[in-house]
Amino acid sequence: MLLALPIAVPFLTGVVCLALRASPPFQRLASLIGAAASVIVASRIAEAVLAEGPFAEQMGGWPAPFGITLAADMLSAGLLLVTSICGVAVVLFGFSEVEETSELRGHHTLLHVMLGGVSGAFVTGDLFNLYVWFEVLLIASFGLLVVRGGRRQFDGAIRYVALNLTATIGFLTGVGLLYGATGALNMADLHRAVAEIDDPRKLYATGALLLFAFGAKAALFPVFFWLPASYHTPSFTVSAIFAALLTKVGVYAIFRTFTLIYPPDTPYLAEVLMAAGALTMVVGVFGALAEREVRRVLSFSVIASIGFMIVALSIGTEAAIAAGVFYLLQDMFLKVALFAVAWLAVRRGGSEDFRLSGGLWPVAPMLGALFLLPGLALAGVPPFSGFWAKVLLVDAALAAEAWWLAALALGVGLLTLYAMARMFSELFWKPRPAAAPALATERPPVPIPALAATLAMVGIVTYIGVQPAPFIAFAQIAGAQLADPSAYIAAVLGGTP
Amino acid sequence: MNSLILSAATRFLAPLMLAYSLFILLRGHNEPGGGFIGGLVAATAFALYAKAEDTGAVRRAMRIAPELLSMLGLGAAVMAGVWGWWEGDAFLESVWPFLVVEDGKKEGLPVGSALLFDVGVYMVVVGAVTALFLALEDDASRSPDDEDADQSGER
Repeated sequence: MLLALPIAVPFLTGVVCLALRASPPFQRLASLIGAAASVIVASRIAEAVLAEGPFAEQMGGWPAPFGITLAADMLSAGLLLVTSICGVAVVLFGFSEVEETSELRGHHTLLHVMLGGVSGAFVTGDLFNLYVWFEVLLIASFGLLVVRGGRRQFDGAIRYVALNLTATIGFLTGVGLLYGATGALNMADLHRAVAEIDDPRKLYATGALLLFAFGAKAALFPVFFWLPASYHTPSFTVSAIFAALLTKVGVYAIFRTFTLIYPPDTPYLAEVLMAAGALTMVVGVFGALAEREVRRVLSFSVIASIGFMIVALSIGTEAAIAAGVFYLLQDMFLKVALFAVAWLAVRRGGSEDFRLSGGLWPVAPMLGALFLLPGLALAGVPPFSGFWAKVLLVDAALAAEAWWLAALALGVGLLTLYAMARMFSELFWKPRPAAAPALATERPPVPIPALAATLAMVGIVTYIGVQPAPFIAFAQIAGAQLADPSAYIAAVLGGTP
Repeated sequence: MNSLILSAATRFLAPLMLAYSLFILLRGHNEPGGGFIGGLVAATAFALYAKAEDTGAVRRAMRIAPELLSMLGLGAAVMAGVWGWWEGDAFLESVWPFLVVEDGKKEGLPVGSALLFDVGVYMVVVGAVTALFLALEDDASRSPDDEDADQSGER
């Protein structure tokens, strides 16, 4: 039952929030309680995995591989835990930022249904069931994009849905073909069945369709363009949780599929992943340098981070996969922090557009300092979590003698620093342009919930940076379990590893 | 729409479709059918009613907001899963409170958590599809003046 709770708790919270729809205060309370309950559930799962290794539960009592299995290893448990913590932060943040009209239209319900879908994707051990969770989170995220109403929001949502639906169809086709080729859908069972495929065309066709689908969800080059087209239109709260979670579900699916189902030594796989990841890093960081609006810059920085994770997977050694997992987990906190400080700055400065912003430093120096921290963390400056993520990645790349990848990672890190410094300078240091409306001389009231959520996220990112050892150990266990999935398979199908 | 034929036919057809949707829901236990398809048939009945009369009439006839209906359904489906876990071993395991097995023969009423789950699905589908349809129908029948007012909320 424990593994069904990360799905059941958010769904029930969504139901309660909808029932309380007419009264925002109660709705907020229910939303916060539900989000906090998810943290408890996720930490129990992480505890269980830490104590006993991967474990699985068979839904409805149907034994694997016939029923639907939910399974958790270190990667799933870590992602569930980080997701639930980000969920609390975003619910809290939304109290300050989301308009009451959006709340009345069901912001909280959609948010929790989306969190349930994301959690479902992380715990399911069945490829078709993974597709179902992708659909659940897609539909809920579509709702979150348009819940505010307005032409810009609909424009962004349509681009988002168009590409995501294409990816979903690719996913479904890939799963169908794979089922036709092997007769299996359970991911642990597929590990065996895919190894028995004798016709390489079947292997390539299914693998390519799945990689396309997950790559599109993860915003991997060359199917990333939907992300910067849509992430800047909803509320900052929604942007933050999208940036933290949605692309990461795609990354998770790539990690899971191409370690468990397809063996990492599948021909061309490492090369394709490496090329896509490297190009994603480069495109992401140059996009961030070219854009002139806060959230468009951040959207491209989301893309660049995805590149780092996929490159880590493509190197394929245990240390590199662990580096990818560490990067993935800390990046989720970081993305919430980035969008949170961006809102605080935009709220004070009045505009997201660099041409209409500037001159914030003299009036709000504390805010400026806070604004800098997640940006520095993203670029990989110590003492933040992003620093260790890059250290682990570069170290793994050097150990695998992938010199150019190490150089590329460092170069992209440097350019990220430049992009973040540029954004800081545009918002804070630059003198305020004449076209911009005058700054309010009086300080607006402090949005306490949003500030608390922001400080918590920045605090977590800094704490991981100062005390990285337990987190790196966690990521290394996850990397070992991914590199050798026999314990996961034994947990799902029974038997000893 | 204002059509005597449609409105007279609907008065006869809509109840028939609703009854048939329940039949499909229950039949789905062992044969083709079930909550999803039954829910779609029921939603079609409400859509027909909305076309024949207006959306307000459908809302009054349903007595409960369709959004709320779908959320209650989701709750019922989750509770069916929790019930299976409570009585049995696994989440979503089937529970048959009125069924006794004696000498290899099943006695009693085959009503249990599987039916509750299916009813939940039925409610989700009826509620969600009707809510979507009513929202679209409301939008389509609104005058252009209202639409301008609607966009003032844009930022």
